[in-house]
Amino acid sequence: MSRWIQVLFFVLIIGLIALFAFGLRARGEAQLATGPAPDFTLTSFEGQTIRLAELRGKVVVVNFWASWCAPCRDEAAFLEKTWRQYKDRGVVFIGVNYVDSESAAKAYLKEFGVTYFNGPDIGSEIYQRYRAKGVPETYFVGRDGQLYGNALGPIARDSVFMTERAFIQKLEELLIK
Amino acid sequence: MRSQRMLWLLLFVWLGAALFGARGVNAQTPSLDDEVNRISKTLYCPVCPNTPLDVCNTQACADWRNDIKQMLREGKSEAQIRQYFVSRYGFQVLGAPPAEGFYQLAYWLPLLGIVLGVVIAWLSVRTWLARRAPGVASEPPPIPREYAERIEKELKEL
Repeated sequence: MSRWIQVLFFVLIIGLIALFAFGLRARGEAQLATGPAPDFTLTSFEGQTIRLAELRGKVVVVNFWASWCAPCRDEAAFLEKTWRQYKDRGVVFIGVNYVDSESAAKAYLKEFGVTYFNGPDIGSEIYQRYRAKGVPETYFVGRDGQLYGNALGPIARDSVFMTERAFIQKLEELLIK
Repeated sequence: MRSQRMLWLLLFVWLGAALFGARGVNAQTPSLDDEVNRISKTLYCPVCPNTPLDVCNTQACADWRNDIKQMLREGKSEAQIRQYFVSRYGFQVLGAPPAEGFYQLAYWLPLLGIVLGVVIAWLSVRTWLARRAPGVASEPPPIPREYAERIEKELKEL
């Protein structure tokens, strides 16, 4: 009897250690950059819905942001301007609002005149699927639904993460593919 | 003179009652900000780890405290507000995991660990005692009487 309890105890301890290790491993995994883009459905602040899988054939830019995020402000106007330039060429921009107050998020969109699709990431599900680690982060989805890299920081003229020029080049490359 | 004293006395009594009464009313009906702080204490910032909303100084937390205030103004209950935050930002906004589904493990595992620890300690002690018992029984067997007498005799002869 005592032997069984000891075995059970050790199994429990090993199980807990395995669970802990699994959690650490999941936390340490890098942001997605290649492979199939995780599908998601996002509801905008106005109540419209968009699904990534239904955008196959278009180049999609998925941008994670938050109103409280200062570096997001560095790229907001550029993203809106670029989307206006490319929207008729088969490029879709999706703004995924990460843990934010709805009123603050709406005020931010109004402040920067953002008109492309934006919605709150309820429960941070999309954020977790892309293994994002912060905001702003931007992911590029090709016409085939595959990921073609990311920008793990603000996209700005002199950004070390991705310059505005590199962003435009990326869009052009994806449009040719 | 007496009527003047009476007037002062009445004035003191009235002031005292007014102050006491005012304090009593405050204690019974907390202000909106107190309510916001009370609820904020039970919610955690989803961005800064382990920081309750009431002490978090980020802009995000300030926005969320404003949201709580707005919801209280709209007549929402504390449970509704907590539910809103959980549905929007996940369970990590709660100070403790909910006692439902997989999260119940957080409550049961420590208890199970304690029970198992006690059982294992008890069994171990019992096993050690059982091992020691033969040792006590295996004390030197009593010397047969004839040998004892012989030893005694030889000792006397020395």
